[in-house]
Amino acid sequence: MPDITLWFQELLAGNVIFTPTTLGYYWDGLVTTVQLVFLSLVAGLVLAVPLAIGRSSRHRWISLPIYLYTYVFRGTPLLIQLYIIYYGVVFFDGIQETFLWPILREAFYPALIAFTLNTAAYTTEIFRGAIKATPRGEIEAARAYGMSSGLMMRRIILPSAFRRALPAYGNEVIFMLHASAIASVVTLMDLTGAARFVYARFYAPFEAFLFVAAIYLCLTFAILYLFRWLEKRLLAHLRPQN
Amino acid sequence: MKKLLTVSILGVAMAAGTAQARDYDHVRFGVDVPYEPMEYRDADGELTGFDIDLGNALCAEIGVTCEWIEQEWDGIIPGLLARNYDAIMSSMSINEERRQTVLFSDPYITIPGAWFAPEGSEIEEISEETLADKSIGVQRGTTFDSYVTDNYSGVARISRYSTADDMVLDLQSQRLDIVFLEYIVGQATLLDAREGQFEVVGEMVTEPEEYFGEGFGIAFRQRDEALAERFNEALATLKEDGTYDEIYQRYFGEE
Repeated sequence: MPDITLWFQELLAGNVIFTPTTLGYYWDGLVTTVQLVFLSLVAGLVLAVPLAIGRSSRHRWISLPIYLYTYVFRGTPLLIQLYIIYYGVVFFDGIQETFLWPILREAFYPALIAFTLNTAAYTTEIFRGAIKATPRGEIEAARAYGMSSGLMMRRIILPSAFRRALPAYGNEVIFMLHASAIASVVTLMDLTGAARFVYARFYAPFEAFLFVAAIYLCLTFAILYLFRWLEKRLLAHLRPQN
Repeated sequence: MKKLLTVSILGVAMAAGTAQARDYDHVRFGVDVPYEPMEYRDADGELTGFDIDLGNALCAEIGVTCEWIEQEWDGIIPGLLARNYDAIMSSMSINEERRQTVLFSDPYITIPGAWFAPEGSEIEEISEETLADKSIGVQRGTTFDSYVTDNYSGVARISRYSTADDMVLDLQSQRLDIVFLEYIVGQATLLDAREGQFEVVGEMVTEPEEYFGEGFGIAFRQRDEALAERFNEALATLKEDGTYDEIYQRYFGEE
C-alpha cells in the first residue's frame, strides 16, 4: 500500500493540471453525471413499463400514439432533442412567468427531461420486444388456469419479459451513461463539462480527456458488473444444469 | 528498446520541425465565429470583422495569401498546435498562460471587458455581495472565464458557453442574470442589436494584467518566429500609412 501512495505522489508531483481544484471540478462533474443518468433511467423505466404494455396492445388507438412517440424519439438525435427542450422553450412568450420556469431555467431539468423521454422510448421498445417474445405455451397455460388478462400480465408475461429484456436493457443503461456526455453543451458541468473546462483552461486535451475517459470506463464496469450479477440471479433457470 | 523509440520519435519530430520552418506564402488563420464586430458573417454570409479585415490587410502587406478556418474557441490553441492552421487571429488576449504554448505577435488592439445585464437589473454594481447567488455567463476557456471563475466561483453560479450566441440567448431568456465579455462584442450584440434591452453594469475591466493581458495578439506556433516577425513589421507599416486607422474606423466609429 505505501508503494502505491508513493507512486501516486510521484505521479502527481510537478503536474499543474490535476490540482485539488480541478479534481474538485471532476468530482462535481461525476456527481452531476451519476445523478442525471440515474434519475433519467429510473423515470424512463417507470414510464416505459405502461408504455410497453400499451405498445403491445391490440387496439390501434392505444398502440399507434405510443409507436409515434418512440419513433420520433428514436429517430432524432438526442442532442437535437436537448437543444429543442433547452433553447426551444424560451421562444414561448411569457414562459418566464409560469410555474414551469424555475424548473426550465436550470440546465439540469431540461437535460433530465430530454434524457428521460429518450431512454423511455428505447426502453419501451426493448420491453415490447420482450413481451412479444413470450412463449405461446406460457400464455396458453395461464389461460387454462382461467387467469384474467390483467393477472396474466402481472404474474406471467411481465416477470418473464423483464428477465428476457435484461441484457438489452443493460446495454441501454450504458448507452445512456455515454449519451449523457452531451449535457455539457447546455452549460451543465457534468463529467465531460469538467473535462472541457480543464481542457480549455490548460490547453491540455490529452490529460483532461484521458482522465475523464478513465472515469467513464470505471462507471461502465460498475454497470456491467451489476447487470452480470442480476442476470446470474434472475436468469439462473436458463443456464444449463450441472 | 524504449530509449530507441524515444530517440527515433525525437528524430522524426525534429525532422518535421525543420521541414515546417519554411517561408510561408500561404497563411491559414484559425478564427472563432461569430464574435461581433471582431469576426462575424454579414448578411450575405461573408466572413467579416475587424480581425478579418486587418488580417487580410497584413497578408497583403507581407505578400502572402491568406485563408480563414473556423474553429470553436475551446479548441483553438490545440488546433494551431495540430497544424490545422498556421496562426490564430481571433480576439485572443496575450497572457502568460498562453505564452507557454504559443508565440504572440505585438498586440494589435486593446479592449476592455464589461458586465452586461438586462435593462433595469437589480445588479447595479459589481461585487461579491451583489453577485451572490446570481448566474453569470461566460465563454468557456476565455480570459473572462478565468477571471470570473477565480473571483466569483465561491458566491455565484457560473455557466460556461461554447459560443457567445448561446450565451446571449440565455441572457435574453433570463436564465442568466449577467454576462461578462469583451466590451465591444457586448456593444455590438447586446446594446446595438437589441436596443434598450441591456445595459452595462459597473466599470470596464482592464485589470489585472494577469487576466486581461496586454491586448489582443496574433498567435503562432513557437517555432514560427520569422513569420511572427514579418507580421509585426507589417503591423507597424499599416499603423504608419493609415490603413490600420481606416479599418479601426470601419468597426469602432470615432476616436
